[in-house]
Amino acid sequence: MNGPLLEVDGLTVLLEVEGTPRTVLRDISFTMRPGEAVGLVGESGSGKSMTARAIGRLLPRGAEVHGSIRFSGSDIGSLSGAALRRYRGQVAMIFQDPRAHINPVRRIGDFMTEALRTNLGVPADQARRRAADMLAQVGIEDGTRRLRQYPHQMSGGILQRIMIAAALLTEPRLLLADEPTTALDVTTQAEVMAILDGLRQDFGLTVLFITHDLELAAAICDRTVVMYAGQIAEVRASSLLHDDPLHPYTAALAAARPDITQTAHRLRAIPGRPLSAFEAPTAECAFAPRCPHARDICREALPVLAELDGGLSRCVRAHELRGQLQEVPRA
Amino acid sequence: MPDPDAAPVLEVAGLRKEFGDLVAVDDVSFVLPPGRSLAIVGESGSGKTTIARMIVGLERPTRGTITACGHDRSRPVKSARDRRRRGREVQIVFQDPYTSLDPRQTAEVTIDEVLRLHHGWPAGRRRARVAELTELVGLDDRQARALPRSLSGGQRQRVAIARALAAEPAILILDESVAALDVSIQAQVLNLLADIRDETAVSYVLISHDLAVVRQLTDEAIVLHRGEVVERGRTAQILDDPQHPYTRRLRASVPRPGWKPARRA
Repeated sequence: MNGPLLEVDGLTVLLEVEGTPRTVLRDISFTMRPGEAVGLVGESGSGKSMTARAIGRLLPRGAEVHGSIRFSGSDIGSLSGAALRRYRGQVAMIFQDPRAHINPVRRIGDFMTEALRTNLGVPADQARRRAADMLAQVGIEDGTRRLRQYPHQMSGGILQRIMIAAALLTEPRLLLADEPTTALDVTTQAEVMAILDGLRQDFGLTVLFITHDLELAAAICDRTVVMYAGQIAEVRASSLLHDDPLHPYTAALAAARPDITQTAHRLRAIPGRPLSAFEAPTAECAFAPRCPHARDICREALPVLAELDGGLSRCVRAHELRGQLQEVPRA
Repeated sequence: MPDPDAAPVLEVAGLRKEFGDLVAVDDVSFVLPPGRSLAIVGESGSGKTTIARMIVGLERPTRGTITACGHDRSRPVKSARDRRRRGREVQIVFQDPYTSLDPRQTAEVTIDEVLRLHHGWPAGRRRARVAELTELVGLDDRQARALPRSLSGGQRQRVAIARALAAEPAILILDESVAALDVSIQAQVLNLLADIRDETAVSYVLISHDLAVVRQLTDEAIVLHRGEVVERGRTAQILDDPQHPYTRRLRASVPRPGWKPARRA
């Protein structure tokens, strides 16, 4: 099949907070081809994790969902029971803090083989062999010993590799990775990223990689989706994002980060703070209140996500600002 | 411009900390001249936070000395007066702005309490100073009167910085103080910290794993690996031309445009 593996179309999600429904995602649309790695980048409240949760059918109870998510051509919104369990076998998720997502009183082997034994009926000894093999794939050589151990007996880096191995055991087609290296040391992060990149190529895995770090996403992703206030601001080839962004927010995000190769006299901070979808203006550009390039036209209507130079940008001035976004004027 | 030959505000010599059989910090020494910034760089388990806790007085060194503003602080204080004096020498801003503030105190009350304790000023003078401090860290009137739960992470960290500055410390320890902030907010707080240093002559000890943040805020750095200093020098030089294999590996692991993660053999 050459069609897209995942199609998110007009996804809008509202969650009930203190009795009032609040928008957390607004009209999210993107597709992923089989084997593609897509980065989902944004700050707190941008909706990046919520997008992954919606795809994994892991939204909190009572969430109001509009639009559609299709996996391999079929809508996942209506799945339940055995069909939902089958879907979840094909879509695996790894999280930021491995310790928060593993039962501390169960052995690693028990945790890793559970899905194989209970969902797929694989005999226990065979499941353990497969688990040990998969641990070797993520660079853990003494797999059989690790399977007998408990989570507290290993470092965060080893535990995150175990989570990745566990996620891949059921041979999922899509991996949702939600900031999987944020809690790790930088040297460990580099190793885990290399492992993810290698597995992606070896297994033909499709990966949605969620992060707040533009450059980290660029390291393993083909395309990057930049989110702001529950909306997509920009979609761009990852390799072009840093030097040639299409949206002022992407440019501002890259410019605000301190640079390891030089000390800036002052960092180009973005004024104000990142907004959540429910706080952001809906009849104008959501980034306009913080944007150094904002003009009256930006406040007249919510810009559409429009094609530009091989990418997409939700900025009415995107065309006019081509090539100028690197020089951020003082607001 | 700070005088590099002036007597150091902070001097750490032969510092060692053991937890049972584990040596968390092993023979660490450094000096911090007034008005300068020193980074202590390292990953988890390197001992960097243990050093910060010993300087503040939350841990007692197994061996070695810590001298701040000419006073030894490697041993516990004997009197409340000495404890307050130590508070005016060294203050700390922690990583997590969600757990380091009292949930029942507004920013104003938090800062006022420190002023009352350390300076004993009358109410009018304290009120004026609270206003100055909240303005210095960029909190508006509403935020200054708000409880932590209605403030964002960046705003809470500003409250924590204002509270630390209220004691008018000679040394401010920043223990991963910008690590939990969003990139756009982190830039605001880093600019704020640079402004405060220019205006108050406070010295910073920045505990961080983030080399780009280290470059932005500090003049000198020491690199810690498993409790030991493996490299020291000018921050710019260490990052541009790292000498120790561990520093090189740390430097090579930082994502940057065109970076490809490599598996270690």
